[in-house]
Amino acid sequence: MTKQVQQLDRVIIRFAGDSGDGMQLTGDRFTQETASFGNDLSTLPNFPAEIRAPAGTLPGVSSFQLHFADHDILTPGDAPNVLVAMNPAALKANIGDLPRGGDLIVNTDEFTKRNLAKVGYATNPVEDGSLAEYRVHALPLTSMTVGALTDFDISKKDAERAKNMFALGLLSWLYHRPTEGTLAFLERKFARKPDIMKANIAAFQAGWNYGETTEAFSVQYEIKPAVQPAGLYRNITGNVALSYGLVAAGVRSGLPVFLGSYPITPASDILHELSKHKRFGVRTFQAEDEIAAIGAALGASFGGSLGVTTTSGPGIALKSETIGLAVSTELPLLVIDVQRAGPSTGLPTKTEQADLLQVMYGRNGEAPVPIIAPQSPSDCFDAALEAARIAVKYRTPVVLLSDGYLANGSEPWRIPDVDSLPTIDPDFAAPGQEGFQPFKRDPETLARPWAVPGTAGLEHRIGGLEKADGSGNISYDPTNHDTMTRLRQAKIDGIANDIAPLTVDDPSGQARVLVLGWGCTYGSIAAAVRRVRSAGGHIAQAHLRHLNPFPANLGQVLRSYDKVVVPEINLGQLALLLRGKYLVDVIGYNRMRGLPFKAEELAGVIQDVIDSE
Amino acid sequence: MSELHNGNGHGALSLVPKTDVRQTAKDFKTDQEVRWCPGCGDYAILAAVQSFLPELGLRRENICFVSGIGCSSRFPYYMNTYGFHSIHGRAPAIATGLAASRPDLSVWVVTGDGDALSIGGNHLIHALRRNINLKILLFNNRIYGLTKGQYSPTSEVGKITKSTPMGSLDAPFNPISLAIGAEGTFVARTIDSDRKHLQSVLRAAAQHNGTALVEIYQNCNIFNDGAFDPLKDPEVRDDVTIRLEHGQPIVFGADGGKALRRSGFGAFEVVNVADVDPSEIVVHDAHHPDPSLAFALSRLDSPAFEHTPIGIFRQVERPSYDEQMRAQLDEAVTGQGPGDLAALLASGDTWRIDG
Ligand SMILES: Cc1ncc(C[n+]2csc(CCOP(=O)(O)OP(=O)(O)O)c2C)c(N)n1
Ligand code: SF4
Ligand SMILES: [Mg+2]
Repeated sequence: MTKQVQQLDRVIIRFAGDSGDGMQLTGDRFTQETASFGNDLSTLPNFPAEIRAPAGTLPGVSSFQLHFADHDILTPGDAPNVLVAMNPAALKANIGDLPRGGDLIVNTDEFTKRNLAKVGYATNPVEDGSLAEYRVHALPLTSMTVGALTDFDISKKDAERAKNMFALGLLSWLYHRPTEGTLAFLERKFARKPDIMKANIAAFQAGWNYGETTEAFSVQYEIKPAVQPAGLYRNITGNVALSYGLVAAGVRSGLPVFLGSYPITPASDILHELSKHKRFGVRTFQAEDEIAAIGAALGASFGGSLGVTTTSGPGIALKSETIGLAVSTELPLLVIDVQRAGPSTGLPTKTEQADLLQVMYGRNGEAPVPIIAPQSPSDCFDAALEAARIAVKYRTPVVLLSDGYLANGSEPWRIPDVDSLPTIDPDFAAPGQEGFQPFKRDPETLARPWAVPGTAGLEHRIGGLEKADGSGNISYDPTNHDTMTRLRQAKIDGIANDIAPLTVDDPSGQARVLVLGWGCTYGSIAAAVRRVRSAGGHIAQAHLRHLNPFPANLGQVLRSYDKVVVPEINLGQLALLLRGKYLVDVIGYNRMRGLPFKAEELAGVIQDVIDSE
Repeated sequence: MSELHNGNGHGALSLVPKTDVRQTAKDFKTDQEVRWCPGCGDYAILAAVQSFLPELGLRRENICFVSGIGCSSRFPYYMNTYGFHSIHGRAPAIATGLAASRPDLSVWVVTGDGDALSIGGNHLIHALRRNINLKILLFNNRIYGLTKGQYSPTSEVGKITKSTPMGSLDAPFNPISLAIGAEGTFVARTIDSDRKHLQSVLRAAAQHNGTALVEIYQNCNIFNDGAFDPLKDPEVRDDVTIRLEHGQPIVFGADGGKALRRSGFGAFEVVNVADVDPSEIVVHDAHHPDPSLAFALSRLDSPAFEHTPIGIFRQVERPSYDEQMRAQLDEAVTGQGPGDLAALLASGDTWRIDG
């Protein structure tokens, strides 16, 4: 049967099912197929904090949204065009996001009386007409899968579990995805269970063949590869990019990386990833708690390693005292905070940007720390390298603020040429200096020497007590403390001269309103800005990578516009800093829903401010 | 004894560079004014450590003292080695990162009873179970010195202090029992006033591969003066001190008239040598794989110091965390070759876009 082929420029698919249905895996495979096909893409996994919430319930719903296009895109998309709902709970939890006329694929096998009742459906929505405004494809995915696997020597349960591969096969057919990657993946994943491997491959192919032969789908879609700069690409999540950035920082500095960490969502994957890279001399240490984790990292830094600690907001709270010690002893240290929604345990698997003030000010005494925030999953690689550069050059702890959305989201990444990456010079103090002074600063950077144990003639003691300027001996002298407090601050402030000035994107040059963001909101803001511009609006956009110190030209940029809009997934933390430092009355836009902003929503906010001019 | 634990070249100090320069105690003194109260037991410990270290023949720059917070934790400032005076309770954690990444260092931790057992209790027990190469000197004065005299987790029940005017309520830790329970491989006790004994314990600890915990009874003459007097008073000390020596029958008392015998439930009891058959007298076996013996010895302590063992309770071999960590790194390099950054970045599914 030949099918009609329709060209699309972009599609947003959401796979939704029970936590046990393998939706993350399905989404991930579709993403890999899409990436290797050459579309631009962006993903948004969304899963419960519980490992196995009761099957078939709303809290147990796990989803994976993927936006892919023939042009460059910035976000995982506001709303899906296609929703795959593997059970009634997945339908109920997600149908509100599917716009009218959207495609809905439901697995009717799971729409049993019992499952419907579990989520409070009195009647079956697939049959009662309540889904009339969607293009519904009601398919018995489970029984079709089981039917396709009758010849395999596997249990019924294993056969049913392969239904996600059937769905993946069908969707892969529908959107013309290349399949070699998935086949190779299944071969690798189930190498030790050949029966399961063959069954999954068969289910995947059955799904594909079903698409080709059924009358249920008359149209097949094609989304041309995006035009992207030449190079070698891969798809990458924020946590993997960040891990690679840390490995690269070790290689480019010649310093052994030492990671001290305590597991916490959504940061644990960095610990998992780095523990695979021992051949790079990377040491990973799973500590007894967050305090020990950062302590060990700082101890390793004292010994001449690139000390790193990874955590999320609750862990930062525990690490504060040791960050202060690192400020006081002026040792390089990377503190990575993959933020999640708070306060307290909050929403462990959902994103937020609400740790900015915690990392900026959450310590006793004057304890300034540079803060860097990546703006997309792949940018986590560069941000990690930049954080390491500053930490080593200025002998200071540096906080890298990622978040759950960047950590788990993914996008294509043009793999950089290793030789093009910055080099980092540890510049260790040379042995045998007469009258060595551990706190005598470089006049330009104000950084102190890094004299590591084992260096003859430089034996010295450091600690958290105030140190005399220069000698580093304990000092209770009042003016010395004032001097040292100002010197530590001046050192961090001076980094502003060593980072790129803030660039503003304002193609028309006529904008009177600036939208300024930081961190993970980059994609949503940029997509919103495109919408505003394509509707004829003039809007300038800038995005902060360095939150402490701010780029030297930030004040001047802020004052060049009549109005400044600052969208943040918190209650206005950057806004508070901007107002305090520059006395500019910025307009905040703040929502804390555990999810990234929608482009449409932000476009409306920006347009309203423009219109109010 | 140390050879036994060092014979295979994996000993604690096998990778620490040696010096050919003759060292003396003076080489380990700094120009910093020592600021403990006159008469504090910490002076004696400092002097003992400074005069012991030359024996090891290590390069001074390869020795590092890490401490927490407390009077005792000021120790590193007075040692002419590398030193890190850190934050309250966290020294074992900080030293863990240092020791795990630098096999060429001899890393010592100096801590107090509050530092190690209150705020830092978690780090202490985990260092012990990991068996990382740290030599932990726990200055136990049974009081919070630096904060001016509150009771500590080793203070006896009913202790009257500023924070417990009607007497403290909580049962104390026995640091030796705790360390043995935490899978410690080297657990010892000594006393500030007995330099010879203190140095003999340090000697064994320094050579031990893994975590060594040395509890040092230390007098705080300001806030808890005389806490260990029965063990120091020449009139009674020999009667109440049990000096543990591996392989020797446990006999004590001024005239050697007392001994230990096994009693019910795996415990020990004190008996008169004259009343028992010599075969019943317990022979100390610090190397026994089962920690029960050492634990039972640690339970002989009593608030009144009727019979207090000092010396090495337990000294067994177990691979250290740091050497095993190094072995995994080496194995990864041997098995897969050294890391190649370009290959790592381009791992997984990739595709090429031509310009
Ligand atoms: C986080 C923190 N809490 C409390 C203190 C106050 N503090 C300093 S030392 C100490 C107790 C010291 O007792 P110990 O460890 O027995 O040492 P000592 O002074 O007796 O040698 C306390 C409570 C601190 N410095 N930091
Ligand atoms: S307070 Fe006690 S422990 Fe502290 S220095 Fe004085 S005597 Fe020593
Ligand atoms: Mg004390």
